[in-house]
Amino acid sequence: MIDMNNIKKVYDTGKIQVEALRGVNLQIEEGDFMTVVGPSGSGKSTLMNIIGCLDKPSEGEYKLNQKSVKNFNDNQLSEIRNQDIGFVFQNFNLLPYASAYENVEMPLLFAGMSGKKRRERVEYILDRVGLSERMGHKPNELSGGQKQRVAIARALVNNPKIILADEPTGNLDTKTGENIMQLFIELWKEGNTIVMITHDPRATKYSEKAVKLIDGKIKNQTMD
Amino acid sequence: MLKNILQVLRELKKQKLRTFLTLFGIIWGTVSVILLLAFGFAIKAQTSESMHGLGESICIMWSGKTSISYAGFPRGRNLHFQKGDAEFLRDQVPLIGNISPQYSRSVAVRVKDKKQSFNINAVLPEFTKMRNLVPRMGGRFLNQLDEKKRRRVVFIGFDVEEKMFGKGNGLGKTIYIEGMPFTVIGVLIQKKQDSSYNGRDKDAIYMPVSTYLGIYGDRYMDNMVCKAENVEYTDQMKDDIQLAYARKYRFHPDDTEALGIWDTTENEKFLNTFFGGFNIFLGVVGVMTLIVGGIGISNIMYVIVEERTNEIGIKRAVGAKKHLILFQYLTETFVIAGLGTIIGFLISMGIIALTNQLPLKEYIGTLVLDPVIAMTTIIIIVMITLAAGWGPATRASNLDPVIAINK
Repeated sequence: MIDMNNIKKVYDTGKIQVEALRGVNLQIEEGDFMTVVGPSGSGKSTLMNIIGCLDKPSEGEYKLNQKSVKNFNDNQLSEIRNQDIGFVFQNFNLLPYASAYENVEMPLLFAGMSGKKRRERVEYILDRVGLSERMGHKPNELSGGQKQRVAIARALVNNPKIILADEPTGNLDTKTGENIMQLFIELWKEGNTIVMITHDPRATKYSEKAVKLIDGKIKNQTMD
Repeated sequence: MLKNILQVLRELKKQKLRTFLTLFGIIWGTVSVILLLAFGFAIKAQTSESMHGLGESICIMWSGKTSISYAGFPRGRNLHFQKGDAEFLRDQVPLIGNISPQYSRSVAVRVKDKKQSFNINAVLPEFTKMRNLVPRMGGRFLNQLDEKKRRRVVFIGFDVEEKMFGKGNGLGKTIYIEGMPFTVIGVLIQKKQDSSYNGRDKDAIYMPVSTYLGIYGDRYMDNMVCKAENVEYTDQMKDDIQLAYARKYRFHPDDTEALGIWDTTENEKFLNTFFGGFNIFLGVVGVMTLIVGGIGISNIMYVIVEERTNEIGIKRAVGAKKHLILFQYLTETFVIAGLGTIIGFLISMGIIALTNQLPLKEYIGTLVLDPVIAMTTIIIIVMITLAAGWGPATRASNLDPVIAINK
């Protein structure tokens, strides 16, 4: 499903050029659970952003569903992010003034789904992540774990082909983190494709592929 | 869309001082434009109305003295309008739409034991159209039958009525002019008049030419009043009259002093030019104020975009397209400007209503929120808002999602 060939990313900050990725080759198949580990600054987040079509590679070929991302314009990339990718961030990234329901509904609004279908879908997903009781609550009325569940529901709501999670348990206490990790594992078992940046040993235990990034290069890629 | 607007309003409520300062610029601008133009239009209307008291686009003619020797006559010859001159001109100059001779003299008038002297004017029925002599309800102006039958009827100014009969009591009564009884068939309605010859219309008495000549038998008429069939041909008509007259009375066709013509269309032209410029000036002042308000909104929108960078990043990450973000922030700008405009309109309407209560009608007339002013103001605000919102909105939509989401 995802095929990356010699991906490089250079950030041009005026005087100095920072090479975040220096030639990454990566394949992800449908149903994979892949973890990405590596020290900070090793390019993990940059890799995630490129996979998620938030960012474009400076060099190399990235094919998503056999199509080269290079040729897509901004609108098409927005559609891909909306339809095919589900993002889960470490710091949740929820809209503070919007309720759990409205946060989850947002991608469907951008997709142009009609009102009734939208409502059914949002309620179904929030129920799936165990938040049907908290639909009307704002993020500041929710615990960290609940916030992350909202974020996961938002990532899932459009039935994406792949879920990208950037240290989803990083801001949570151990017990809550465990629950969230459990939820991801369940989602994977249901057939979702997941790529996760994490150092959590529970995740690495389940993951079929573990990628270690150091200095913008993949050091080892284990296959179970 | 509705949700979007509600969110904007919520945001505005949260930041009360900022909202007030932002809205103030637009409110102030809206009020300035509307009030300045309302005053400008009202003063113009007021001036125009008083000017039309004399008549719209008419020419008043006097006979004068020749200033060029011609056809054996020396210069300095006195000319006089004579009986039949009006008919002569009507015949010779097809461009004339209406023409009436005007004979006048000062006479002693009596009603019961009240005695006073007034000007009487002998004119043809069409004089009413040219000089805006509109009768009050129930009465009428002189007509062809009065003229034909030399009826002893008069049309009087409202001041004549008030002095001789008391307000509203003159119609149908008898008035004695140098001892002869006349019936009052009409009274002039209240009107404003800022220029005149032979005194104001409110102080005048009008009677049929035939009646007048039957009594006094004047040799010469005092002046004539005429109006072109089509106002645009007034200049041509004046030239034609000059030529026809020069032929009849044998003076040099270029002699400008033999025949005096007061063309009120020239006043009209001046009035339109002057107030056109005046109102453009007022409008520009108002628009400047609005632009300052627009700059205020633009600034606030930049601040808002800056504050919501993360939010914009989130929306872009979950699939919002650029133009959607652009639209959202333009909408927001319009909501703020719209709110300011509505409040500005309400305040303006309040000030207009209050001003109309003040005793200033003589000078500024009645202020109205003219639909043209309102529409113009709205169009200007829309343009300024679009300009004010465009910068912040494009900045918002062009944010790099990766950078934005990490803010």
